[in-house]
This record gives sequence, C-alpha cells and structure tokens, in this order.
Amino acid sequence: MAHETKKKFTPRLVKNAAPAKASGRSVELAGWGRYPIVRGNERQSEDLADITRDAVLTRGLARAYGDASLPPAGDRNVASSVLADRLLAFNRNTGIVRVEAGFPLMRLNRFSLPRGWFTPVTPGTHFVTVGGMVAADIHGKNHHVAGCFGEHVRSFKMRVADGAIIECNDENHDLFRATLGGMGLTGHLLEVEFQMERIPSPWIWEESEQLPNFETVLERLEDAGREWPFTVCWSDFLVTGSNAGRALLMKGRWAKPEEAPAGLPQWRSAPTFPIQLPSWALQTWMMRIGNFLNYTKHGAAVRRHIVHPETFYYPLDVIREWNRVYGKRGFTQHQAVLPAPHTHRRHEQYLRLLHDLRAKVFLSVVKDCGDEGKGMISFPKRGVSYALDIPIDQGTQQVVDRLNDFVVAEGGRIYLAKDAFTRPEHFRAMDPRLDGWNEVRRKWDPEGRLKSALSVRVLGDRA
Amino acid sequence: MNVAFLGASKGMGRALARRMAERGDRICLLGRDLEDLKRSAADLENLGATGEVGVTSCDLADTKGFAAALAAAKDALGDIDTVVVSAGAFGDQEALEADSEARDRLLTLNFTNTIHFCELARTMLLERGGGRLCVFSSVAGERGRKPVILYGASKAGLSYYLEGIDHKFHSQGLSVTVVKPGFVKTGMTAGLDPPPFAGEPDGVARDVLKAIDRGQPVVYTPAIWQWVMLVIRYLPRAVMRRIGF
Ligand SMILES: Cc1cc2nc3c(=O)[nH]c(=O)nc-3n(C[C@H](O)[C@H](O)[C@H](O)COP(=O)(O)OP(=O)(O)OC[C@H]3O[C@@H](n4cnc5c(N)ncnc54)[C@H](O)[C@@H]3O)c2cc1C
Ligand SMILES: NC(=O)c1ccc[n+]([C@@H]2O[C@H](COP(=O)([O-])OP(=O)(O)OC[C@H]3O[C@@H](n4cnc5c(N)ncnc54)[C@H](OP(=O)(O)O)[C@@H]3O)[C@@H](O)[C@H]2O)c1
Repeated sequence: MAHETKKKFTPRLVKNAAPAKASGRSVELAGWGRYPIVRGNERQSEDLADITRDAVLTRGLARAYGDASLPPAGDRNVASSVLADRLLAFNRNTGIVRVEAGFPLMRLNRFSLPRGWFTPVTPGTHFVTVGGMVAADIHGKNHHVAGCFGEHVRSFKMRVADGAIIECNDENHDLFRATLGGMGLTGHLLEVEFQMERIPSPWIWEESEQLPNFETVLERLEDAGREWPFTVCWSDFLVTGSNAGRALLMKGRWAKPEEAPAGLPQWRSAPTFPIQLPSWALQTWMMRIGNFLNYTKHGAAVRRHIVHPETFYYPLDVIREWNRVYGKRGFTQHQAVLPAPHTHRRHEQYLRLLHDLRAKVFLSVVKDCGDEGKGMISFPKRGVSYALDIPIDQGTQQVVDRLNDFVVAEGGRIYLAKDAFTRPEHFRAMDPRLDGWNEVRRKWDPEGRLKSALSVRVLGDRA
Repeated sequence: MNVAFLGASKGMGRALARRMAERGDRICLLGRDLEDLKRSAADLENLGATGEVGVTSCDLADTKGFAAALAAAKDALGDIDTVVVSAGAFGDQEALEADSEARDRLLTLNFTNTIHFCELARTMLLERGGGRLCVFSSVAGERGRKPVILYGASKAGLSYYLEGIDHKFHSQGLSVTVVKPGFVKTGMTAGLDPPPFAGEPDGVARDVLKAIDRGQPVVYTPAIWQWVMLVIRYLPRAVMRRIGF
C-alpha cells in the first residue's frame, strides 16, 4: 500500500493541567500513551447532560492510548464524564445495573464483588468509565465465551448530535449497535444499563504455565479456552531464536465457594509513579531482562492458586500513572486481530515482521477472540489478538504502517482504542463494515458535529 | 446516624454522603434541584443507606425556606442527630471585585445564609438534647490572601461563628465540626491548576467522617494542610508581602 510522506513526529510533555470549568479554558489533553497531545476545552461537571450540549466529544478516564478521547485540534469543547458517577439502580436479584456514564469500573467492582456480582466483561485496567467501556465496546480475558461488553448492555441514554436526549436499545434504534465500539462519535453517553454476571465467590482460581515458544502459545490458548472462561498470554517478543514469542499463559475462573478464602478481598490503594522518567530511561535491554526474569521466575511447573480478583484482572494497576516510565516521548499500542483459522504460518510471519522491523515491543499480550458481536464497528472477531506496547520514536509510524500492511493482507483489523498512527487507507481496507456504520452516523449527525482527533485522522472527518 | 445533608449533590458532599450510606446511616438530602436530588438519593440507597433516602427542597440563597426544609427532613428521618452543610460557592477574586452583585451573592451565601441555616439547625439539635453539626469552611479563611480575599473572608467569618457556637453550646451536647479543606479536586476547582497536596473528595470524606464520629471540632483535609496552615498562620506579614501571597 502506498503511503504519504512520513508523519512528522514531535513528542511534547503533557502538563498535569486541570480540566477547565463550564466557562472553558484551553488545556493540553492526551490519552494513556501521552501521544498525541491536543489542546482542548475540557469541561467537567456532575451535570454531564449540561456540558455535552455543545461538546464535539465526551471522554472518560482517558485510558484509550492514542487520540480516541481527544477533540480535533483547535480548542474544541470536550466534555469529561468523570464527575457524573452515580449508581442509579442496582437490582441485587437480577444483577441489572444502571449508572451514569462516568461511573468508574473500580467502584463498580468493589461495590458488586461482595454482593455476588461482577462486570460481565472487564478490560485490563479498572481505571475506566462505563461510558468508555461502551464506546470502545471493550473485550477482556473472557472474550472467547462472553463477547464484548456491548453484548451485555441493555440500553443507554445519550445526547445525540442535534441536542436531543434519547433512550436507546437494540430494538428501538440502529444507533445502539453503531454506538457500541463507535468511539464516542455517535453521541454523548449519559447513562448505561447493563447485565452483571453472577459469581460464586469474589475470588479467582488461577492456573499459570510457561509456554516455551510461539507455536505452543497458539495451541495452548485455544485448548485453554475450551475449559477456562478467562485466558490470556503475556508474551515476550523481544526474545529471538527458538524461544521467540515464549509466554506465560494465565487461565482463570471464579473460585467455587468451598475453594474461596473465608473473607472478602481487601481493597488496596495503589501508589502513583512519582515522576516522569526521561525518555531514554527505559531501554530495550532492560525490558529483555525484565521479560526473562518474569518468565524464569515462574518456573516450569504449572502454578495453581487462589488470587485476589484485582491481581488477576489488573496487574498493571498496582502502580498508578505507570505510563510515566516511557517519558515524554510517550508510547503507543498496536493491537490487531489476525483472523481464524489460526494458521501458524501467518503468526510466524507476523513475529518475523516484528523482528525485521526491530520493533521495540516492550509488553505484549496475546489473546484469542471469539465471534464478532453486535457492535457495528467493534474490534474483535474470531482469531488471535496481539496487543503490543511500543515506545514512540522516529520509526514508529513506519512500524505501524508495515504491521498494518500485514494486517490488511491477512484480513485482520486494529483496535481504535489503542491506536495513534493508523492511516485512513489502512483502516478502510481493514474494515468493510465502515460504510454501513458511517451511514448510521451521518443519519444521526448529518452536519458532522461529533468528532475526535481520531475521527479526523482515521475516518476523514473535517476538523 | 440520622443525617440532614445540605450539599450532597456534588463534590465533597457527595463523597461524604456516600461514605455515610456505605455504613448504613439514614440520610435526608436538602438541595435546590429536587429531580437531581432523587438521583443522588438512589445512588445512596444503592450503596447501602438505611431506609429511603429522603429529598427536600432547600436553596441556600433563600433563607425563607430553611425552617420548612429542616422540618421536612425531620419528618422524613423521624429524628435528626446530625446536620451537614457542604453547600457553598466559590468566586474568582477578579470577577467578584468587578461585580458587586456577584460579590453580594457569594458573601450572602457562604456567610450570612449559611449562618442562618446553622442557627436553625443547632436550635433543632439542642431541642433534642444535642447532636452533631458539621460545616464546610476552608483553609482560605485562615489568612487574608490576594487570590481569595472575598471568598476567604466569607469562610473566615463562618469559621469564627462555628467556633463560637462550639464554645457556647458544647456543654449542652452540641458537637460542632468545622471542615477546612485545602485544594480539593471537585467541580468547584475544575479549571484551576491543582497545587501540591491537592486532595480527592473521597479522601476528604474519610477524614471528615472520622472527625464527626470523634466530635473533633476542626479538621484540616488533606491532613497535611494542618501543618501547612500552621506555618502560614504565623507567617509575618512582611514575608507574605515578599512572596506575593
Ligand atoms: C492498561 C490498560 C489496559 C487496557 N486493557 C484493555 C482490554 O483488555 N480490553 C479493551 O477492550 N480495552 C483495554 N484498554 C483500553 C480501554 O479499556 C478503553 O480505551 C476504554 O475506552 C477506556 O475508557 P475511558 O473511560 O478511559 O475512556 P476514554 O479513554 O476517556 O475514551 C475512550 C473512548 O470512549 C469515548 N467515550 C468515553 N466516555 C464516553 C461517553 N460518556 N460518551 C460517549 N463516548 C465516550 C471517547 O470519546 C473515546 O472515543 C486498556 C487500557 C489500558 C490503559
Ligand atoms: N474544592 C475545594 O478545593 C474547596 C476548598 C476549600 C473549601 N471548599 C468548600 O467545601 C464545600 C464543598 O465544596 P466542593 O468543592 O465539594 O463544591 P461543589 O462540588 O461545587 O459542590 C457544591 C455543593 O453546594 C451546593 N450548593 C451550591 N449553591 C447552593 C445553593 N444556593 N443552595 C443549595 N445548595 C447549593 C451544590 O448543589 P447543586 O447541585 O444545587 O449545585 C453542591 O452540592 C464548599 O463550601 C466549598 O466552599 C472547597
């Protein structure tokens, strides 16, 4: 695929600026990867309906890596949902919950676990809002059995582009499916109602094992998925040779009452990573050593134990703002799904490509996905997903371009919630569903009022 | 506790009411937007508040409604043993200097009307043999400072009033807790750059609830502000001038 000239890359420091109040004040905004940075008028209030009136986008806890939660350049109004965080309804018999869109997952978990319920799907961090979970139609370790979060959403209230506020469900509006995974571009979510999952105990039974190379990762992930509701692999893509792509496979299920410890899990507060390290601080060789230690420390034997649900689901959340270790250059994540059937050849080539590109994959998570869900433009489809954390440097655009060439050729696609570099021509080639989704979007927003930095970059929206 | 709460719809008040709900206190919400209060009531009921969380209309800008609001809260709760006032307003110093109406509104709300409300609340509590009155003032009321002269003055006056009623009625069973938050990240301060030691509403709520339970007359929160204010209180004026306070 032909590309334009290389995108100019200029990393800058994100100031820890406070969002502005209703009157608005221009501040620098960024996602989790701290790249790109856009100036915007972020407004924050408990009254989300009020601040979404003239906003081009609503954002939550800004855990999308790239520019999904950023307004287009030019000091546009963006609403922050984080103060809209009330638990509007909880039925302890049916597990149906209704929350305001800024309700944080961490609070939901800590509320529901002792009551015998848990979110049906969770991402790898609990510092997200329910609105963000719907807008990205997030997937988790149980995607192969539970699908995306959107499968469990019953309805939501949303402010659409013309200012109207509507209650939307799968029966009454095409907008419902367009909003799941629609990255906030179909309207401002104000409230969400969804079905929780009943759990036998608030603890997790976990088994983990070493997988010595990439072939075993593919085989064991698939096998494990037949038995276990939660599976994921932490792979090492820095190691080369016969051990390339070796991994730790984590499998889990909710502990049965008779296995679970007597008490409830205790909630721990996480310390914050205190400073932003210089960009050179985290080097590839350090990550090599870290990955090696992580792998060897586990040992060859299968480990079985009861774990705290937060340890199991959110290992990275033990330190807040760990993204500061990447320094001001920031980092990106390239998450792509390569479709089933899982031909080893295809995956081997992907690995080789990463190697040839000398991609600095500091962290990589491999997970098999189940079938495509309701979301018209949601990321997952049956196949294997690779989430690769890559520190940003001059070569990142090229790495992402080459990876995307491969993804397109193999019929895969990328996850917008992680993306900062994908070009429009790649995205269009990956996702034939785009036209259908755009049609619904334009029907509800003919003037193109709702937009983000991502929609301008990838979808061709006018800034 | 049976709590009548003015200001639980947002910010630190919301966080404090949640902590009360989580441990099963009974709560009645006072505020100016009844429909919105009902949603806060649902939030608190879901979190574990005992019984139905009542809502009753009360605008701090309108003193005429205070007695009826407290009476309605008493009806809803049966007995009120605790009254919390976290309602208040902030105003940018420059804007307040430029606009006498805005100035009047802020001073009236934070000082005069809050005191009128507290007078009714403490009378009601004393009639039943005592109780707890917890009111949000501010560290801004400790010293006159350039960026918050008027807001600070309203809170300084409020703090002195609260200290006074504590002295006068403590022996009759009234336990007064004055909350002096430092900078806390709420909707009120959104848009201002957070200084070092900026607090979160839930941390404040934890500190305040502990203080109410203990009958502590003054609580600085986040706790570090106690030490910061100790220094600032005794800072010579010449030094304050020098560093541009
Ligand atoms: C460490 C880490 C691990 C992660 N693991 C996973 C994972 O396992 N699986 C997965 O699927 N994702 C994962 N993510 C990504 C994350 O779950 C999503 O990006 C999620 O959308 C973030 O939620 P947020 O509240 O931070 O939203 P933001 O990042 O603020 O926004 C994300 C998108 O949602 C939209 N949005 C947010 N709130 C609203 C609203 N109220 N109305 C309309 N649109 C809204 C925004 O416009 C934006 O497009 C991970 C992220 C991190 C940092
Ligand atoms: N945030 C800080 O850094 C800080 C620092 C020191 C002191 N304080 C003080 O702490 C208290 C709480 O502050 P906050 O930051 O939590 O504020 P906030 O988030 O703005 O909440 C203010 C609360 O006051 C209520 N209120 C305002 N005007 C009212 C009126 N006329 N009638 C009835 N209720 C009214 C609001 O109710 P509605 O829902 O009706 O708007 C809301 O519940 C205030 O007294 C403030 O001055 C704050």
